[in-house]
Amino acid sequence: MRVMKVRVDTDRCTGHGVCESIRADVFEVGDDGMVHLLNEEFTADMRPQLEEAVAECPTQALRLED
Amino acid sequence: MTEVEAHLVVVGASLAGLRAVEAARRAGFAGIITLVGSEEHLPYDRPPLSKDFLTDVESPPIPTLREEALLRDELGVHLRLGAPATGLNTTDRTLFVDNEPLHYTSLVIATGASPRTIPGTEGLAGVHVLRTIDDARAIRSALDAGARTVVVGAGFIGSEIASSARQRGSVVTVVEAMPTPLARPVGEQMGAVLGSLHERNGTTLRCGVGVDAIEGQDRVEAVRLADGSRIEADLVVVGVGVAPNIEWLTDSGIELGNGIECDKTLQTSAPGVYAAGDIASWPNPLFDTRMRLEHWTIAAEQGGAAGRNAIDPENAVAFETVPYFWSDWYGKRIQFVGVAAGFEEIDLVAGDLEGDTFVVLYRRGDRLAGALALEQRSQVMKYRMMIAKGASWDEAKEFATARAAAAAAKAANPPPG
Repeated sequence: MRVMKVRVDTDRCTGHGVCESIRADVFEVGDDGMVHLLNEEFTADMRPQLEEAVAECPTQALRLED
Repeated sequence: MTEVEAHLVVVGASLAGLRAVEAARRAGFAGIITLVGSEEHLPYDRPPLSKDFLTDVESPPIPTLREEALLRDELGVHLRLGAPATGLNTTDRTLFVDNEPLHYTSLVIATGASPRTIPGTEGLAGVHVLRTIDDARAIRSALDAGARTVVVGAGFIGSEIASSARQRGSVVTVVEAMPTPLARPVGEQMGAVLGSLHERNGTTLRCGVGVDAIEGQDRVEAVRLADGSRIEADLVVVGVGVAPNIEWLTDSGIELGNGIECDKTLQTSAPGVYAAGDIASWPNPLFDTRMRLEHWTIAAEQGGAAGRNAIDPENAVAFETVPYFWSDWYGKRIQFVGVAAGFEEIDLVAGDLEGDTFVVLYRRGDRLAGALALEQRSQVMKYRMMIAKGASWDEAKEFATARAAAAAAKAANPPPG
């Protein structure tokens, strides 16, 4: 099965957490005020919500990689 | 008769318009897309304009959201920039751009809002609003010269500008006509708490006093207040709210009110015409009430939803969201999720209202209605999710108590490293 990866640009992330509110099992803002990934690899069925998280990041800190 | 090729026109080339275009392509729309914008710039991000754009030492570039090559080549978008929409005929599906007709099969209107100004100050040098990159450049260059700054309006934009001007070393006064700032978005008590950040960071905040006149011949010299006092100023920034850009739609037949009146799928009163962002008023199913919001996040979310619905109206999906906005003052992040309007009780569940960090929850009925956080980035979205699920007040309080206990345990026994 094809897997995707999510990249967080730590220079851009300021911990808004919009991604967490879309997919709390994937993203979480830590006490350091940055988003952390709770998983590393994702299957195709998660794509729409991951794309939504990427699109709605206020600092454009997320990227999807196939 | 051959079938007309589908043509999605998106009018308004800022965040909501860009998202509409991207979402339509992502959903598989293969027809023509035209993006129309009144500014000559490619879509750019506005939140930095009142923050880093004013404070960065190096002269910053335009915070462009997408490069032209990506829009043209990868998304296949025809760009009509520097061209304002001037009219709309929904009967024959024609948008007028600079008075020239442009036919569409579906249309997304995302023409945003414009800042309110103070009548009589047009043409007076040194008086600005902040909406566009050109506004931000003018304010930045005034701050470069060390301008004594008066901000009219203690809302979020005004407060961010005050914070940025302080950071640049300017003497700053914020004047607010209401007795407390931000009463509408966060309530009076929390508005006063947020307002205290100004005083704590060396900005003077004058509440409950209106502006009588902006003085100066060709260039601003001072702001005269209703109580007779006078504040000398080289720069005046007016942040007294925005009005949706609906004038060009007056004769279109589209139902207007507080912005464009949309249904729950963001469709306007005209078939095939949707709206998104600052201009769109829609009934939010999650709160059972009509809203028109001027937040970054709503523009992004609605833009995507309107784009998807516009290309596939038969399968249009209701748009619902828990509003989220943020504001950065004096290096501190303020975040709000939910809706404060009509709240009945607030409760401090973390931190200290006089301190540098806190979380306050808002109750309406037996439900959690909102959460306001100062420098609590790890917490606030958890409440957004709870509000989305219709969490009860008790549930939210229990969650907050558990979080506080966990934080206390961690502080007493910090993990190694």
